[in-house]
Amino acid sequence: MKGKDPEKSGKSSRRGFLKKMSAGVGVVTLAGVAGSAGMNHESGTKSGVKIKLLSPEGKLVEVDKDDIRPSREIVAELKEEARKGLPNRKFVMVIDLAKCKNARKCVDACQEGHMLPKDHEWIKLYLLQDDNNTSKYWFPRPCFHCDKPMCVSVCPVGATYKRADGIVLVDNQRCIGCKFCMTGCPYSARVFNWKDPEVKLPEGHVYDPETNIPPVEGTVGKCVFCADNLRKNLLPRCVTACPMGVIYFGDLLEDTVTNGEETVRFSKLMNDRAGFRYREELGTLPSVFYLPPTQRMFPVERGLDGYDENIKGRYEKAGPR
Amino acid sequence: MQADKKLLKDLTPEIESTSTTWYITFSVFLGFFLLGIYGLIQQIDKGHIVTGMRDNVVWGFYIVNFIFFMGLSYSGALISGVLHLFNTGWRKPVIRMAELITVISLIIGPFFIFFCIGRLDRLYFLFIHPRIQSPITWDVIAIITDLFGCFIYLYLSFVEDFAILRDYEGLQVSPWKRKLYKILSLGYDGSPRQKKLLSNAKTIMSVMIIAIAIIVYSVLAWIFGVTLQPGWHSTIFGPYFVIAAVFSGTGLLIILMWIFRRIYHLEEYITKRHFVNVGVLLTVIAAFYGYFTFSDYLTKWYGSIKMDSILIDKLFNEYYLLFIFANYIGILLPAIIIAFPKFRTIPNITVAAAIAVLALWVNRYIIVIPTLETPFLPVQDTRAEWIKYSPTWIEWSLTLAGVSVFVMLFMLISKIAPIVSISEMQEQDTEEILK
Repeated sequence: MKGKDPEKSGKSSRRGFLKKMSAGVGVVTLAGVAGSAGMNHESGTKSGVKIKLLSPEGKLVEVDKDDIRPSREIVAELKEEARKGLPNRKFVMVIDLAKCKNARKCVDACQEGHMLPKDHEWIKLYLLQDDNNTSKYWFPRPCFHCDKPMCVSVCPVGATYKRADGIVLVDNQRCIGCKFCMTGCPYSARVFNWKDPEVKLPEGHVYDPETNIPPVEGTVGKCVFCADNLRKNLLPRCVTACPMGVIYFGDLLEDTVTNGEETVRFSKLMNDRAGFRYREELGTLPSVFYLPPTQRMFPVERGLDGYDENIKGRYEKAGPR
Repeated sequence: MQADKKLLKDLTPEIESTSTTWYITFSVFLGFFLLGIYGLIQQIDKGHIVTGMRDNVVWGFYIVNFIFFMGLSYSGALISGVLHLFNTGWRKPVIRMAELITVISLIIGPFFIFFCIGRLDRLYFLFIHPRIQSPITWDVIAIITDLFGCFIYLYLSFVEDFAILRDYEGLQVSPWKRKLYKILSLGYDGSPRQKKLLSNAKTIMSVMIIAIAIIVYSVLAWIFGVTLQPGWHSTIFGPYFVIAAVFSGTGLLIILMWIFRRIYHLEEYITKRHFVNVGVLLTVIAAFYGYFTFSDYLTKWYGSIKMDSILIDKLFNEYYLLFIFANYIGILLPAIIIAFPKFRTIPNITVAAAIAVLALWVNRYIIVIPTLETPFLPVQDTRAEWIKYSPTWIEWSLTLAGVSVFVMLFMLISKIAPIVSISEMQEQDTEEILK
């Protein structure tokens, strides 16, 4: 994979992809600056030093130095922006089932990155078999960030919501813990905080639905597509953690996805490898696509090598269904 | 308003004095209630980890109890509404009990939702951040509407009785009770105009609560029906739940008739005729309910949809005892006992009713739990002890507390109001004399 020439295969480089992402993020930051500049102007504190900035509308504006603050500083702004999402984006994930060998690095990286208790997995690994006569395969399952999400439809308080960039988030300061979204989701993607997660927070931490840190007792959590990383031009943690390059992430509007090693055209990948979505018939329109487990790189059974009984026991009953 | 003294004495046995039995019974149920409170404190203190619910089975006993009690409530409304509307002659001694079932279980039901939600402190978010797309919001609106409707209906039926109690000089009660009757009777003096107004109001409300009960219980069924889950995603869930509710409510009515008849010696007023009539009603409803149940499971079983097959397989294997009890014994046995005249004794009918009520609770259980244990993706990569649901003592204690509150509220109401409507019974006497 590494030896492949990105030019030759007609794919833009990872750097190019991230550059495009940063353009989107930049707009948001400026919008925040412009907004907060206006607010501070009224309060009247000034340093007198003027700085020239490019507004989101493309105009050159001059603002006072003291008026410039990071856009996502205030909690209210954080939450408001976390509801809007990144403009002109439609994030998609592609999971190549042929490469997955149950390394579980995605699970670890996710738990660490989101300060999850050890018994919480936002991304789970299933050992599926469709029928007696078909083969088993490993199936990583993050949240599917559906375009017609059942969880969002049934939430009575708007704690879970769909953003313009396709990401579905949970605001755990709004969630009342009715668990209707958990029964609504056909993919078992949500987890409940049955007890106090006892997370040790870094100094000065503010809650942001994009990271969903800290998890709160009595509320629901789930995969956030690492919305915080996306804002910082980084790939989701599971993508970078995967040693096999199983998970591709990208933007449907740009038609590119990357697994951190290679960047490919999304449409071509779907076309060449016969990509599909899990249980398309449910009509929830997931943002996560799968590539069929053809010509696998590892035998399925090796996926359990080296794990303790605890992990192995979870797959004892795996079989045709 | 004057009342027949004997009628008054017979129908209000606990108003003037309180028997030792009353105190003992009440203390026992109060004990169960306090145990439930202790369980609840544990749950609030340690979190929902103390329940048997986990990430797959996120709804357990609490939701089962919620739909069960709400079902009892709506059915009480339906039964009393229908009997009143069609002016059924034999209804008079039993209609008050049906009304009380309605209101009391309507008070208890929502508490099980409070036990089930993770953040009770944010309950008011339902009102300040409501989203009309969510069936839970529909339910909040529906239950509140129903609560008001049922309270008004129950109160209307009490006004005449309060007036009778107010005007009865010989009543040996404390002054606060007298004052209470005076306030609650709203100056009703039984003039023809007042009588007509009250009667009209009752008729209007009886029609309204029939409609409300059907709508509200359908909304509750749609909480399950609108999801994509196997076993829940069914178009007949609305009417199916309504008929199941009426089934349980009719059963409970028979049980209460038996209890009150026995402890308050109402043999004169609640006769075998009443048991047989309500029993026949139960049988007819059992037939409808059985038909819905059969229809729902047949279509799931006959086809080859994978998830339906897996669910049916689970019900027929892991849950077969509960399935047989809920859907065969619980429907057929009551129907058979009451259908044959020679089995129709008061104890037999009561036993049949008790089986029906219990079976309906189990039916709720096997609607909620097995579906949650059968998600689309197989239950994997999770802790072994999280896979199968089994309720903890905390869930049992709160269930018991719910039943205790039901009994205690009935006992408390019997301290201030007649458990059989005096005014209606008087009317009946006059009618019989006129004949």
